[in-house]
Amino acid sequence: MIEIFGISSQALFGQLLIGLINGAFYAMLSLGLAVIFGMLNIINFCHGALYMIGAFVAWMLLNWLGIGYWWALLISPIITGALGVVIERLFLQRLRDLDHLYGLLLTFGLALILEGVFRQNFGASGLPYRIPPELTGGTNLGFMFLPNYRAWVIVLSLFVCLGTWFAIEYTRLGSYLRAATENPALVQAFGVNVSRMITLTYGFGVALAAIAGVLAAPIYQVSPLMGSNIIIVVFAVVVIGGMGSILGSIVTGFGLGIAEGLTKVFYPEASSTVIFVIMAIVLLIRPSGLFGKGA
Amino acid sequence: MKKLYQTMLAGAFLAVAAVPAYAQQYSGPPLKLGVLSDMSGLYADLSGPGSVIAAKLAIEDFGAAAKGMKVEVIGGDHQNKADVGASIARQWYDQDGVDVILDVPNSAVALAVNDITKEKNKIFLNSGAASSDLTGSKCTPNTIHWAYDTWMLANGTGKALVKQGGDTWFFLTADYAFGYALERDTSAVVQKEGGKVAGSVRVPLNTQDFSSFLLQAQASKAKVIGLANAGGDTTNSIKGAAEFGITKAGQKLAGLLVDINDVHALGLPVAQGLTFTDGWYWDTNDDTRKFAERFSKLNNGKYPGKIHAGVYSSVYHYLKAVYAINAKADGATVVKKMKELPTEDSVMGKGTVRVDGRQIHPVYLVEVKKPEESKKPWDYYKILTTIPADEAFRPLKDGGCSLVN
Repeated sequence: MIEIFGISSQALFGQLLIGLINGAFYAMLSLGLAVIFGMLNIINFCHGALYMIGAFVAWMLLNWLGIGYWWALLISPIITGALGVVIERLFLQRLRDLDHLYGLLLTFGLALILEGVFRQNFGASGLPYRIPPELTGGTNLGFMFLPNYRAWVIVLSLFVCLGTWFAIEYTRLGSYLRAATENPALVQAFGVNVSRMITLTYGFGVALAAIAGVLAAPIYQVSPLMGSNIIIVVFAVVVIGGMGSILGSIVTGFGLGIAEGLTKVFYPEASSTVIFVIMAIVLLIRPSGLFGKGA
Repeated sequence: MKKLYQTMLAGAFLAVAAVPAYAQQYSGPPLKLGVLSDMSGLYADLSGPGSVIAAKLAIEDFGAAAKGMKVEVIGGDHQNKADVGASIARQWYDQDGVDVILDVPNSAVALAVNDITKEKNKIFLNSGAASSDLTGSKCTPNTIHWAYDTWMLANGTGKALVKQGGDTWFFLTADYAFGYALERDTSAVVQKEGGKVAGSVRVPLNTQDFSSFLLQAQASKAKVIGLANAGGDTTNSIKGAAEFGITKAGQKLAGLLVDINDVHALGLPVAQGLTFTDGWYWDTNDDTRKFAERFSKLNNGKYPGKIHAGVYSSVYHYLKAVYAINAKADGATVVKKMKELPTEDSVMGKGTVRVDGRQIHPVYLVEVKKPEESKKPWDYYKILTTIPADEAFRPLKDGGCSLVN
């Protein structure tokens, strides 16, 4: 067996794969943030809370209505996305012409409220959600045992990420969106309802968070704290990738998952900080992020 | 006959008249207790707001008001940060007139509060933090440790598992004071029983995904994976181990600090079969059941665990000592009185407080029930063994506490 830095290549492959799985969550969440920032110019701090709500909706569907995982994967993003639409219409719309800071403060406050409500009602230690029976078990890859559910997480998130990227870069709707970001007045003049488009984009970004939430539910505890645990890392991912860059957020999401996974092998104590160290270095060298267009 | 009646009547009068004189009224200053806890983070369910409830129930059950004692309880959130906890403790002692700090889950915060309490000559009744250093090398005349500690957990679980043949261990250790203490105490037990420690990995507090660390534990080929962590970290490790087929492949998980709230969060299908040591269980007698029922009504239906029981018992005993002194007294004096009096209340039963500040009582080695064995809400434990108080905790002479001659 080949050894790399004192660690067998087998173990290393396993860790890389696990890093990739965690990266899938970073990628999906940072993608939603990037879409929202790119199109709406809003730093959406309640993204983590909405991810948490996505998971909770799946839990409620199962425990209160008996609706299982597969339907939840569809219904939860719709419900959570609708909540996003309400948030946009009620609050964010009014902040559109103000400084970024206002949106940031508002969404941060919302996140605290949403988390508080769920913590009050469900406690802090979380609730169990079982892996759907179709995806229990796993495959022995030789170098590690890969649970089927984790494989599914990678496949689905890659699909969602690339689909979103394709839709924004290569479809007519995507071109409207990009145009509306550049010059909303002109696009409005062409007869496109820009205001509605922005609302729906926010709803879509939120739905992406909810999909990640449903995906996370069986792996982690469905817990009110799950969002705040991950959101800071995801913001770092977005900053490293370049604020608002779609492809950047996907690539850095997966990349940083791997970087974190490797840190867990070589220096586990630093695994919760490594992403921020990378962020600091990237910002020193390329202030607009790896894939940013430059200020 | 008439004479007998008269005597009885007179006796009854005397008895009634004697009651107020017998139940002496407290004449010392009002008391203020501060529950310093993790009110919103990963330890909030095992301590947190529930500890405030437990403290209030103890004051009620002691009959403080009827005895003329005015006792106020306040809560504070240390957010698992030692600096935040320390500044709240200082403010409470210096400005808010707090006499006693209770609970304090998270050993890093507890060690800070331990120092401050000694410096200010107040009282620290710890139930939340686990580190056995609080009654060992860091013991003070102002601190008493209730409910459980790392040595007791390690001793109960470690011994039992090594006896079952789990003689090689790998630790997933929370990367702060508590994790180190738990790993150290467990390693000592394992080695003493003839086992071996294959290695360990230090994991940052509040990690979401443990799979990476679990794979390292798997690669070590150790028979037992010791989880020297707590709360959300423990539940995530256990879930990960089930998912990655680690337990199925034959390695055994040892949850070193598992609380009933963790079992509830995991659900019996995942948690079943887990063996660990716990300092208290609600379903052991009528008194504990009654307490659990009252508590859960006030706590969103969630049942009490060892830490809540510890807060209850420590407050009850504190009031007993203050009542006995019946005057203004400094922290060390009250603690001294608490060490003299035996502890007894309906929740934790009988026990004593040792000279090093360790409150001792019988503890349980438990196994989590299978889903079909659980007959009522929160019916989670099968008690395998009751470990008597004098065996459950670290012998006085081994702790290195300077108060022990």
